[in-house]
Amino acid sequence: MTQHQNHGGHQDHGSLKSYVIGFVLSIVLTIIPLVLVMNQMLEKTALVITILVMAILQFVVQLFFFMHIREGEKPRYNVQTLILGLVIVFTIIAGSIWIMMFNKY
Amino acid sequence: MMANHHDHSHGHDHHEEHEQLKVLGFWIFVVTDCILFGTLFATYAVMMHSFAGGPTGKELFELPGIIASTFILLTSSFTSGLAVLAMNKGKVKELIAWLAVTAVLGLAFVVLEVNEFTHLMHEGATMATSGFWSAFFTLVGTHGLHVSVGLFWMVALMMQLKRRGINAVTRRKVTNLSLYWHFLDVVWIFLFTVVYLMGVM
Repeated sequence: MTQHQNHGGHQDHGSLKSYVIGFVLSIVLTIIPLVLVMNQMLEKTALVITILVMAILQFVVQLFFFMHIREGEKPRYNVQTLILGLVIVFTIIAGSIWIMMFNKY
Repeated sequence: MMANHHDHSHGHDHHEEHEQLKVLGFWIFVVTDCILFGTLFATYAVMMHSFAGGPTGKELFELPGIIASTFILLTSSFTSGLAVLAMNKGKVKELIAWLAVTAVLGLAFVVLEVNEFTHLMHEGATMATSGFWSAFFTLVGTHGLHVSVGLFWMVALMMQLKRRGINAVTRRKVTNLSLYWHFLDVVWIFLFTVVYLMGVM
């Protein structure tokens, strides 16, 4: 029964606090790259890397604070599926950019 | 609450378990959708500098509108989270109200995007202009289409919640919808960064 209670309680994850923290972090992580780009504060390559890192950080923030990725049931099939998906996405994007570098001239 | 749970514990738990499985199923769909966007991002990355003598993104993008869209969608992602919190507290009216706020913000986002697209087409940037604009409209348009579909879903769910209240089934639907909405916000963050911020650099 205790287990079942927990099971039902699975839905009750997330608190106002975690959503507010996630929201504030997301806003900060949106404003920083915006300011950096609009004022051209860094040299181009550094700027691209910085704003991409900010976007990835924001993805992580939303994953933890909004989507509650940690609170799934075990075994965490959701995390496993996500990792597989991200590996595929990374391969497609990085692979496309890489292979097209040989097609420029 | 505990006793209540006990009464119909067997059938109820079975039901809950089944709904849980559907949430996982929906999550798997979201991941595959992620791969769809991955392929569109890859296409965009390849076409990024193929302007074919036509207008560039830097010339035509208007950042203020895009910044507004970004914060509107971010806020709607937050309010869809608040809807889930209201649901967990069992407050159906509050839940519907937050979903309504989310839907209005989503609609504002779609309207801004349609305006942007019309503006771009007026300036002579259409699907057929260049590789860059084909990739741009496909990528951004697919995201906009997802948001629009989400709006219809949201309205339908609000009607269902009004009629049936919060039960295992509507609970699962709200959970899935908010997952979907957070996911669309995440995709937009990358669109904003890769297409717009890197586009105007």
